[in-house]
Amino acid sequence: MESLYAVMDVLLPFEWLHYTFMKNALLAMLLIAPLFGLLGTMAVDNKMAFFSDALGHSALTGIAIGVVLGWENQMAAMLLFGVLWAVLITFVKHNSKMSADTIISVFSSTSIALGLVVLSRGGAFAKYSSVLVGDVLSVTQGDLLALLVTLIVTAGIWLALFNPLMLTSVNSPLARSRGIRSRMTEYAFTILVAVAVMVSIRWVGVMLINSLLILPAAASRNIAKNAAAYMRAAVLISLVCCVAGLVLSYYLNTSAGAAVVLLCAVVYFVTLPLRRK
Amino acid sequence: MMEKIKPLRKSQYAIDDRMQREKPHGHCPHPLSGPDADCKLCRIEVDKLTVSFGAQMPLKDVSLHIHCGELTALIGTNGAGKTTLLRALLGQLEYKGTIRHLTSDGRPAAELRTGYVPQQLEFDRSTPVTVMDFMAGALSRRPVFLGVSRKTRERVIAALTRTHCEALAGRALGALSGGELQRVLLALALTPQPDLLILDEPVSGVDQNGLETFYQTVDELKHKNHMAILLVSHDLGVVERYADRVVLMQGTVVKQGSPEVVFDSPEFEQVFYAKGGRA
Repeated sequence: MESLYAVMDVLLPFEWLHYTFMKNALLAMLLIAPLFGLLGTMAVDNKMAFFSDALGHSALTGIAIGVVLGWENQMAAMLLFGVLWAVLITFVKHNSKMSADTIISVFSSTSIALGLVVLSRGGAFAKYSSVLVGDVLSVTQGDLLALLVTLIVTAGIWLALFNPLMLTSVNSPLARSRGIRSRMTEYAFTILVAVAVMVSIRWVGVMLINSLLILPAAASRNIAKNAAAYMRAAVLISLVCCVAGLVLSYYLNTSAGAAVVLLCAVVYFVTLPLRRK
Repeated sequence: MMEKIKPLRKSQYAIDDRMQREKPHGHCPHPLSGPDADCKLCRIEVDKLTVSFGAQMPLKDVSLHIHCGELTALIGTNGAGKTTLLRALLGQLEYKGTIRHLTSDGRPAAELRTGYVPQQLEFDRSTPVTVMDFMAGALSRRPVFLGVSRKTRERVIAALTRTHCEALAGRALGALSGGELQRVLLALALTPQPDLLILDEPVSGVDQNGLETFYQTVDELKHKNHMAILLVSHDLGVVERYADRVVLMQGTVVKQGSPEVVFDSPEFEQVFYAKGGRA
């Protein structure tokens, strides 16, 4: 790791990168950005923006469960709960006649309320409030490793899931008629999103994580004309905004997650007039 | 895997046409039918097929034969169970009863390969997916965003050429007209060559020109490729013109036979006129 820092010092001799915590934050952003850029494209295509928002909120309950069970490793509790919650929402969505947004809203509200009730007991919520807005400057080397592993595993599964997901997003019965197991594909994708959200939420924050997933893909849709360009532009927009947002937050002394999302929003609105009519 | 059926010679088409006219009901119309027939799959036999969702039973005791080289049309009012039957044939629903795939001599055929053209697709028209992306995504495992290999590209163009829409490969899926989109979906349903082609209200919302082009292509394929085609349509004019056999449904099969026989039957009258007009 020290040698990586040395290389960064030589290649990127900027004042803001002088501190180790900023180097770690930059590395975290370089891992989170492509992860969310990739997943966001299919979240948008499959109309899952609201779903991923609910998942972000469920992180609070994940932490709460960890606290109740006395687990020191909050990440394990968040991952476990996030995946279970994602599978449960998808299952209920498929097996209920109620509209998807109502179901997701019910799950989302439940997880926020449950998380807040447990974490705020005895006025202790201040201790956990950082998870709401995230703090990328507190990333450790161990966290970077977790992000790296998540990115590699996600990218691997993504390669296998992409075509089935794309066809399912266009028309599910048609996809099934071609031997695609659309339900399994959808479950696999929701689990991927759950893992990505939980692994990154402490750095980006409950309130902003969904924007990081949806905005780069939404902006990319404004300019892309085919699947390859869509994917490339989403990852590129995500990378540029993540790095630029980090630098901006350093100089403006603001939340990095918020600065990143704000830049993504700017890109979205600037590219909106370019949208194919 | 279905063996690729060789194209017939011109003289064989003539025989085929004659046999179409003279065929006794229930026989494979293929000119070479018999134990050594080239016609690998000659009929799909649906026997006492029943589908139930809890207390509801949208399909009860449906029995019918779908022959290769013929276009069989399913007609009936809304809720008659036509789409449910298609879903059972596509293996997307649990059912009681049997669906058997038989060769001309009555032996079980290889696994049935179905091609499916859905109703007018409801999808996000702004999706950044081209016709090439869409087709390549269905025909190849390589993730489309990594680019389409030359082999897959050639396969896609060949498929689109069959339905006369190769010029659409570079267009965005959402920018196609209704008729163009249905021809792309037909091209996909035909690749790889299916034993049974299922068309579910394939041209609803398509203009007259697109409709004619679509059915002419289907008719051409029926003769050239000798495949079984099952069509669900509310357009009885189209059914009258293009179907070889018609199956009238109302939760079960109430009448089946040639278009003339079904359209002149009291059952037809009962289903379509008792409710105050054609569906």
